[in-house]
Amino acid sequence: MNGNKPDKQKLLSRREFLNTMGTGALVIAGVGGTAVSWDYLSPKVLFEPPLKFKVGKPEGYAPNSVTLDAEKKIFIVREEQGYFYCLSAVCTHLGCLTYWRGNEERIACPCHGSNFTRHGEVLKPPAPRDLPHFLITLDDKGELVVDKSEMVSADYILKV
Amino acid sequence: MARNLIEKVVQSQPWKSIFRTGVPESNLDKSLLIFNNFFFHIFPVKVRRDSLKFSATLYLGVAAFALFMILVITGIYLMLYYHPSVPQAYNDMKDLEFVVANGRFIRNFHRWAAHGMVAVVFLHLLRVFFAGAYKPPKQFNWVIGVMLFLLTLLLSYTGYLLPWDQLALWGISVGTNMLGYAPLLGQKLRFLLLGGNIVGENALLRFYVLHVFILPVVMTVLIGIHFWRVRKDGGITPLLKRRPKG
Repeated sequence: MNGNKPDKQKLLSRREFLNTMGTGALVIAGVGGTAVSWDYLSPKVLFEPPLKFKVGKPEGYAPNSVTLDAEKKIFIVREEQGYFYCLSAVCTHLGCLTYWRGNEERIACPCHGSNFTRHGEVLKPPAPRDLPHFLITLDDKGELVVDKSEMVSADYILKV
Repeated sequence: MARNLIEKVVQSQPWKSIFRTGVPESNLDKSLLIFNNFFFHIFPVKVRRDSLKFSATLYLGVAAFALFMILVITGIYLMLYYHPSVPQAYNDMKDLEFVVANGRFIRNFHRWAAHGMVAVVFLHLLRVFFAGAYKPPKQFNWVIGVMLFLLTLLLSYTGYLLPWDQLALWGISVGTNMLGYAPLLGQKLRFLLLGGNIVGENALLRFYVLHVFILPVVMTVLIGIHFWRVRKDGGITPLLKRRPKG
């Protein structure tokens, strides 16, 4: 009775073939579209402020001073003995710009009240971490250069 | 006289070609009137009159929708004077305040309607909760309601950046840093949302597109589904149960 059927069942009918091809094409287009969109939404070139920049001559900073550069979001600290280090001025809690409260000898955040010492150590939460230190060097013309892409340990200092 | 005129218009060829049904006399005609209209056909043919009263939801549903319409209209007005670029955005906001005729009125109208919408949508959720209107068969409409509330908050938040003042800048800095704390994808999502590492020009443009296009479109679609489901599920659940007559 069904002697002539088995061979036919193994064959893919035209409709099944086209359906499979069509579905496959849609899946590929969907996955590809998602990948292309994800990639498209991540900018490849950013016009953001450079991470390495000059901050002037050492003479411009008095000994025992903490200077905020609001544009660059850093503190340049010069200690009594004359050496330098550079701190991030971005609060480690939620990214607000901190400022130096000279009369109270501490760095304060206006958003949620975190406090730091002039070395960047947390004095008062909610800040979860100390302020990171950035690499500060002297270039061949005797100007201070800060590189925010280079984090250094808290005991790093620049003697001039 | 006037009645005759209306009758004549409603029975005329153009009217019938547009609306298909004249003044409905029978129940069948009344049903056809709903079926044959693009805007009405999403509604059920029959609903209980009581369940359509705005007062049944303490006017909170209709108030939220009215505020949304105000926000769409005033928002379009504001778009005509606003460029989402740095530093033009801040200057445009100042121009709207001090130079554009009625600019301050339109801007404040938008602002207060936005604050009002957050409050009203929240109260609407409370009302629905206390009336038990999230119970079957309305479970999923409650879910859509929660989505609409989240969309309201996101619209508020994306709009917050657009004046490009100090409050906006630090508000968005804090908010997107919170997003950055999300596990695994947090930093990547923050980068995609801001279009960079800082709240800058890309972030302003992305928030603008979200605020004036993507979120309102999603909101409009969900509002449509929300209303449709209210009616399909038998109308609004009143806060106080109606007592049977007699």
